[in-house]
Amino acid sequence: MEHVLPAVQGFMYPNEVELQWSILIVLYPFITGLVAGAFILASLERVFNVEAVKPTYRLALLTALAFLLVAPLPLQLHLGHPERSLEMYLTPHTESAMAMFGFVYLWYLMVVLVLEIWLDYRQDIVLAWRASSGPKRWLYGAMALWSDNIGPEALALDDRIGRALTVIGIPSAFLLHGYVGFIFGSIKANPWWSTPLMPIVFLFSAIVSGIAAVMLVYMVTAWWRERRFDMACLDTIGRYLFYAFVIDFSLEMLDLIHRIYEADESFRALDFMVKTRLFTSQVVVQIILGTLVPLALLAAVQLFKMTEKIRRRIYASAGVLTLVGIFAMRWNVVIGGQLFSKSFLGYTSYKMEFATREGLLPAAALMLLPFAILAVLIHLLPPWKTTRRETGVGAA
Amino acid sequence: MNNERRQFLRETGKFLVLTASASVAWEAVLAGRPETAPNYKTADHWWGMVIDIESCIGCGNCVRACKEENDVPRTPTYFRTWVERYRVEPDDLEHPAVDSPNGGFDGFNDRAAADPTAKHFFVPKLCNHCAHSPCVQVCPVGATFESPDGVVLVDKTYCLGCRYCVQACPYGCRFIDPRTNTADKCTLCYHRITKGLTTACCETCPTGARQLGDLKDPKDAIHTFLREHHVLVLKPQMATGAKVYYNGLDGSVR
Repeated sequence: MEHVLPAVQGFMYPNEVELQWSILIVLYPFITGLVAGAFILASLERVFNVEAVKPTYRLALLTALAFLLVAPLPLQLHLGHPERSLEMYLTPHTESAMAMFGFVYLWYLMVVLVLEIWLDYRQDIVLAWRASSGPKRWLYGAMALWSDNIGPEALALDDRIGRALTVIGIPSAFLLHGYVGFIFGSIKANPWWSTPLMPIVFLFSAIVSGIAAVMLVYMVTAWWRERRFDMACLDTIGRYLFYAFVIDFSLEMLDLIHRIYEADESFRALDFMVKTRLFTSQVVVQIILGTLVPLALLAAVQLFKMTEKIRRRIYASAGVLTLVGIFAMRWNVVIGGQLFSKSFLGYTSYKMEFATREGLLPAAALMLLPFAILAVLIHLLPPWKTTRRETGVGAA
Repeated sequence: MNNERRQFLRETGKFLVLTASASVAWEAVLAGRPETAPNYKTADHWWGMVIDIESCIGCGNCVRACKEENDVPRTPTYFRTWVERYRVEPDDLEHPAVDSPNGGFDGFNDRAAADPTAKHFFVPKLCNHCAHSPCVQVCPVGATFESPDGVVLVDKTYCLGCRYCVQACPYGCRFIDPRTNTADKCTLCYHRITKGLTTACCETCPTGARQLGDLKDPKDAIHTFLREHHVLVLKPQMATGAKVYYNGLDGSVR
């Protein structure tokens, strides 16, 4: 077997030289984070009645669903024995944080997201069912579960259940992503991961990335449809993004300052890693480009009066930079956590492959897939039709 | 439909459902069970190992014997046991110079590295067969488990290859076997010790630096050894209940 060893500096335990988790595992928390964040933005409108973000409510739900459907795929692709993954449901090891993923995922997908979207869209689905013919008629009929009761009482009930679901959904979204943080944060063998702050940091970075993603999706779809941007909506989302980002950044800085001040046995190794192998992805991309710059841009909008055009540009660039920064954060956690030896005496390197099972190509495809799913969802369930609350139907 | 036919369908349905669930349940029961050997009762044993640092000469016999006995891939990134060489300046425990070329498989022949002002020693490493194994804790399907006789094993027919256990081991003792895509690690030569033999590494150690011990056997020499020596486990702060005891372990060893 011809084997090219990664470049090692210092001493690694021999079994540590090769990285175990690749870019696919970077995608997993990134995608799950977008789901949780998008859902929390949607919940704002529903539970807290933030009228301004209404134009993004359905779009946020569909975005969350599109990404949630893709979330388990990188894990599945990464497994040495994908055909055995069902065992996680059939014979889960209850002490394992990872074993609970399947259950948290299914709960969130089926109970929260699909049901909430269905209830919100039921009237539209029934109307589309009545108006269409051929296979489309059958499809919408199936989606309506062949029940066409959209009387005022039924719709009022839908609304009540939908609201209750959102209330359950918020802690579920917190659970979904806090749990992903726990998978890393609970590994005591790895000081780069092992901190009780990890689930909280993951959660807030998820909210940040989800809000940024929905904001960008809204802007792109509005531009595509040649509609005017709802600036009140964008300004509100921009403000939420700024607040969430401030909390997220404070938490990450707290973690950093704590590590520097405490300077435990792992500190020197980690410090060296951040200043060398992780410098570009951590300091330049994550902290400067992906955090400080978008934070400054968003803060500027809060502080100074700007024209609509400038604000639009700022939101677009801050959104893109934010997503880049959060992706870099996932990268630095997952890949960074494997670059140093648990002996703290050396470093290895990660060489990304291209057209292999865990290479860049499948990762890029997996990253594009949610957008394709979102396009299909938007086609089937247009989020910008006037809602019943606007038309007054079923308001009784 | 007449009653008899309905009854037949109901009974057949019940039979099928029960058989299917019983077989699924049985599979779950079988998963995470060590292989059995005649005249060997798991409840009668509790395995551990002592390693005497002073006695290890870095010959690499243990590494070669382990790879041979257990069919471990020959690539220098897969080891069930390996030997590290330490060079420590007397006043600088925090910066040891460590190497382990090919895991010590070929021994350590480059005497030129010796430095009379520093101390030199070898540290053989293997799975610590922890009583509270972090690797066992994280396995999502229970494919890796602690056997009742204190050995951490992997059921390769059940392992998903998710690699979470590799991440969770603080000692770097696990790897993914590229031939099976499942987790692999030291089994303490389970196929040998259940037949009354010692492990391949202990068997071939020319100086007796590695000794298998049964902590449940009151006559085992391990008790005397542990009583008469100041022993340590690796990374005691990890609180994993490690059962590989080192005599003469230097504070610089990670």
